[in-house]
Amino acid sequence: MKKLFAFLLFGFMFLGLSAQNSDLPNITLKNLDGESVNIAELNNDGKPFVMTFWATWCGPCVKEHNALSDVYDDWIEETGIKIFSVSIDDARATAKIKPFVDGKGWPFEILLDVNSELKRAMNVSNPPHTFLFDGDGKIVWQHTGYLDGGEEDLYQEILKISK
Amino acid sequence: MKKLTLLIAFVLGVMAVNGQDFLTKSKVSGSFEINSQYYMADEGIGITDSMVGDKYMRINGFGKIQYTLGNFSAGIRFESFQPPLSGFREELEGSGIANYFATYDNGTIGVTVGDIYDQFGSGLVFRTYEEWSLGFDNSLRGMRAIYRPCDGVTLKGVYGKQRYYWASYGKDESRGVIRGFDGEWDLNQSLKKTSKFKMSLGGSFVSNYQPSASDNPIYVIPENVSAAAGRVNMGYGRFSFSTEYAYKINNPSAINNLIYKNGEALLASLAYSQKGLGMVLQVKRVDNMSFKSDYTAKENDLDINFIPPINYTHTHSLPAMYSYSTQPNGEMGIQFQVNYLIPKKTLLGGKYGTKVTFNYSQVNDIVRDSITYNGQKVLNRKGTMGYTSPFFGISDKVFYRDINLEIDKKISKKWSFIAQYINLIYDMPTIEGHGTTVKADIAFLDLTYKINSRNSIRMELQHLWDCIGSGYEVEKGDEESFIKRGNWFSALLEYSIAPKWFVSIADKYNYGNPVAEYRDHYYTASVGFIKDSTRITLSGGRQSEGMICVGGVCRKVPASSGVSLTVTTSF
Repeated sequence: MKKLFAFLLFGFMFLGLSAQNSDLPNITLKNLDGESVNIAELNNDGKPFVMTFWATWCGPCVKEHNALSDVYDDWIEETGIKIFSVSIDDARATAKIKPFVDGKGWPFEILLDVNSELKRAMNVSNPPHTFLFDGDGKIVWQHTGYLDGGEEDLYQEILKISK
Repeated sequence: MKKLTLLIAFVLGVMAVNGQDFLTKSKVSGSFEINSQYYMADEGIGITDSMVGDKYMRINGFGKIQYTLGNFSAGIRFESFQPPLSGFREELEGSGIANYFATYDNGTIGVTVGDIYDQFGSGLVFRTYEEWSLGFDNSLRGMRAIYRPCDGVTLKGVYGKQRYYWASYGKDESRGVIRGFDGEWDLNQSLKKTSKFKMSLGGSFVSNYQPSASDNPIYVIPENVSAAAGRVNMGYGRFSFSTEYAYKINNPSAINNLIYKNGEALLASLAYSQKGLGMVLQVKRVDNMSFKSDYTAKENDLDINFIPPINYTHTHSLPAMYSYSTQPNGEMGIQFQVNYLIPKKTLLGGKYGTKVTFNYSQVNDIVRDSITYNGQKVLNRKGTMGYTSPFFGISDKVFYRDINLEIDKKISKKWSFIAQYINLIYDMPTIEGHGTTVKADIAFLDLTYKINSRNSIRMELQHLWDCIGSGYEVEKGDEESFIKRGNWFSALLEYSIAPKWFVSIADKYNYGNPVAEYRDHYYTASVGFIKDSTRITLSGGRQSEGMICVGGVCRKVPASSGVSLTVTTSF
């Protein structure tokens, strides 16, 4: 049994090699329209993008999203950045996320991580947790927590990689 | 032996061919967390030396390492509770490898072996997950297969035994073996139609096989318990509707007082949403729907399913003292929420717009009618069918009601605030098993002043008005029922230097408690440091008795005093 297990393990590793080389895990989540989105295929047409984890019950997350929402248009204009916002709310809030996000006027692309699958794969302990990816899907910067004004540091990092 | 040689040859072969790829495409990542507390006696809040005992230093910690190579990933998690922090279950005490898994998924076929976390639909018949802050982990050790035969269709099967603290997974363990299947069909994806109308359907079946159930000396307890669920999600333009119905048969258990009645649950949500305005209406019915892999298990142990609560999640300290936890034996719930953004450059919207949230939620008991057993009327008697319950019947008994209005406003570049008013009914005897029903009004103001782009000051002021005044006459010997009752005032001051430092002081004061000796201050001070994905927090002070709830699952936290250190990091 153990040998079979080891055999399968290495077999899978061999098969695994055919996939692309990025830090995005092969996990499928739903967006707010109920459509499936494969995280491994997330991109911003070769430009850097941001992935941020939040929850409706997390005060600092809502603050961070409000702050990002205020500067988003300017950031897009200057760097072409895109923000993917991953809600880690469980099934209790699934139906509430879209009205919540629209009611706050947030312009981000929202993904629903209902059973924390992506949160686990990305080793996120507590929200908010923000990742900056380069155009190839490699993590270049990450930050946990949000303190007022913290979005400035994210922007400096974005500027560094989007010339 | 031959096989082993073959295996090694195979692996070496793979490595030789793909050596370069192994080096460049492999990715190792992980995370690490330590929560530790040094407990001290504190006569002021009734904690004596003997209550602290010799386990005054307590630690919860975990470390996790993951390896990814394209479609393959594997991971291992080590946990240590030496001993667990107070309020966590003593059964957690110990250290060891708590979780490991290996997954291969190529988009068409996915296989996971080891400890599995998954959820069918909204979780009414199956959800395994881990919530560190509760010490909750009901992962399934076994295997999972996923098959996606064509676009929009996902078929899933799981098999295994649930984690029960540090208990072995061997044959002699009494908890059952779970088998589950789930299918989902997304019509739009399947038919490759981009239409305004969206629809997906799903269905699941889960069974638990517990051979030891037949050892019960008095009752014939079924070895097999099954549950099934069906779900529909629909969307049309700005409207969306989703519902799931679940049914369970044959499950007398410690939770439902060993009755043989079948269980059922219904969840339904209707939402309307456009930029600037979102509304959602949710209803639910739960009747005898606790589903565990051991019929003798209590509290939240060995839950196979998850019944989502539908009420507002409060995070500020005073309203969070009274958090609702799901009543799996029966509840009828409703929730209505509106999120509205008053547009910019209007009288009420101001320069930045004003975010308004209104929420109403209420949970009542279900109606239970007695049944005839051996010629006499009985209600919920052990070993019987228990009761009958009309599907649309709502009992007058209110478990929980919450009406609240929140305003989230940025006034200028420097000033912003969140203000909320809450009117609450909380059936403490049902939810916590002691005391009397709480009726309270709570108001808070959370004000932020940005000194400059890096430095800010945040202040929180909260007040709770309890229906019981400080003059309420408490009978002698009944004082304990009034812990945390009466009026409260709370204040917090935080100074932060983005993105790295914060320091805060806070006090929660139960000044209106009808029992004079419970009129205590709960003061705390914290300092935190954050760099990239690392966070270190040091706090000291008092913690009041209460409940920590995540997703309707709650953990009781006893009052304590001491110093705590938390470190989290990921790589």
